[in-house]
Amino acid sequence: MSADIPIALLPVLGAALVPLVRGRLRAAYLLALPAAVFVWLLLLPHGEFGKLELLGQTLTLMRVDRLSLLFGYVFVLALFLTALYALHVEDATQHVAALVYGGSALGAVFAGDLLTLFVWWELTAVSSVLLIWARRTERAYRAGMRYVVIQLGSGMLLLAGAALHVNAGGSLAFGRIGLESAGGALMLVAFGIKCAFPLLHNWLQDAYPEATVTGTVVLSAFTTKLGIYALARGFPGTELLIWAGALMTAFPIFYAVIENDLRRVLAYSMNNQLGFMVVGIGIGTDLALNGAVAHAFADILFKMLLFMSMGAVLLRTGTVNGTDLGGLYKSMPWTTGFCIVGAASISAFPLFSGFVTKSMVMSAAASEGHVFTWLVLLFASAGVFHHAGIKIPYFAFFAHDSGIRCKEAPPHMLIAMALTAVLCVGIGSFPAVLYALLPYPVTYVPYTSSHVLDQLQLLVFSALAFSVLVRTGIYPPEMRSVNLDFDWIYRGLGRSLARASARVLSAWLATGGDAARALCGRSLMALKRHHGPDSTLARTWPTGSMALWVMILLLAYLLFYYL
Amino acid sequence: MPNDKRYWLDDPRNVTKLYRTVWAIGAALVLAELLVRRHEELAFAGWFAFYAVFGFVACVALVLAAKEILRRLVKRPEDYYER
Repeated sequence: MSADIPIALLPVLGAALVPLVRGRLRAAYLLALPAAVFVWLLLLPHGEFGKLELLGQTLTLMRVDRLSLLFGYVFVLALFLTALYALHVEDATQHVAALVYGGSALGAVFAGDLLTLFVWWELTAVSSVLLIWARRTERAYRAGMRYVVIQLGSGMLLLAGAALHVNAGGSLAFGRIGLESAGGALMLVAFGIKCAFPLLHNWLQDAYPEATVTGTVVLSAFTTKLGIYALARGFPGTELLIWAGALMTAFPIFYAVIENDLRRVLAYSMNNQLGFMVVGIGIGTDLALNGAVAHAFADILFKMLLFMSMGAVLLRTGTVNGTDLGGLYKSMPWTTGFCIVGAASISAFPLFSGFVTKSMVMSAAASEGHVFTWLVLLFASAGVFHHAGIKIPYFAFFAHDSGIRCKEAPPHMLIAMALTAVLCVGIGSFPAVLYALLPYPVTYVPYTSSHVLDQLQLLVFSALAFSVLVRTGIYPPEMRSVNLDFDWIYRGLGRSLARASARVLSAWLATGGDAARALCGRSLMALKRHHGPDSTLARTWPTGSMALWVMILLLAYLLFYYL
Repeated sequence: MPNDKRYWLDDPRNVTKLYRTVWAIGAALVLAELLVRRHEELAFAGWFAFYAVFGFVACVALVLAAKEILRRLVKRPEDYYER
């Protein structure tokens, strides 16, 4: 197959067939499509393909190198696993959205220029919001609206940044961008929104937990990791990122401790894991960049696994609130087991994936002398075990018995979770396979007795801290609540401001407005005559009058032509 | 689905057993430091039981800060944004 054709077209166009097939045929098609994309991926030669000349600039539809291939592999894996997980979903919209969304993320990863990147970037935004709206609740609708405005805004910033960059003599090619130009700064913000930088992060915790059971799993795989890819491509070694990333690893874990919705807890822990990747990109050495992208690879898998297990709980019990759950290991033993594998992976237990990827970033921070950053990362490592590694399985499956007795997750969900779990353990136990795919040669050795011992001490004593706090009753109980975060600025303050200004305006119109109306009454009346309801311009006109006017214009044109 | 089966973890004595086992594992890991030759990129990370103490203190501090400071500041009723 020609490498000139964007690989993303296969899932994106292939999605159109999904509504036409039903039942087993649809299931087979949904699984075969990602498999076909994977085969295509394996056959791709390295290099730049699909070059188009447009307005004096060269577009590169396909740039195949080690970095884009690494993300390509894991995105296609994610497409397959999420399709398997979602086989029970009747709603064709969700399948189509997932394929278009994952496909366009794939397109963006292989985009060799900023314009192609922009097009796929926006398509991920538009397709992914359908997975939120598919929940069909008022809450989901509103959260989706906030989400899509922010995502499209990220695209606008990317386009504006690219335009400034090219205008300032830069190239449209998507390589290292850097912060030297204003365009670069805009693009950093655009990527930062997708990576959920501090203060740009709230769309993630706001929207992901409102999506459907399967939608959240799909969402967790693509958008943020696309942001990480773009950051690794455009801004490696940007020191600002070290600070941004360190902040990202630390502050969300405090929120995760007090959050009740367990899928929202996972959204906060996503933010925390993204922080490790952003720090790695900021450090920018070979080891750090390898660590950042390897951790992105591992994170996609274990975060999907965790969201899958919580999705199964939501499907069977109708809730993922810590206050309502507990004791589910009795009804859902397999789901419990898979959730624990995901929890061990995100917590970086030896033999699980996080152990061999996150430690590369930690090691790079230490060897480059970022002592403070290293301490923050270590704190975040203990914290992530605490809230994602222990809290999630504990409150859902153990804790006090909620009395809920339900069925185990359906078989296709269990198989999807099992495959993902095998990948998590596989990466952790045989890291050489993943290391061989990384963009730079790897000399890092994760399994030294010292490293294993250090990590086990950290984790076991974090677990002990949790047990002591729970047994002494100091551990904060789960509570039904909303915890204000930065989104309060637009959801709370912004709304209050809008209401207050509306009140002031209407009060003004009621009193002082009379004077103003007298003053400019004449022009207001004229405006109303032309633009108000029942006015000339608001009327619907018959097509005939339109045709008449076109004819008059054409006749006038003819007349002037002869004159 | 009625399920009256007693599980091993339903007995509080077993939970206590489990809790003590985790303490025993922790103690063993700290003692193992005497046997393992450690190489740390940062000197202070080589202090005896550094990771054990850090992990314990970090988690207690995390929970207390989240409970006593953050929750007091940001907790609102569940329908806060719907009102």
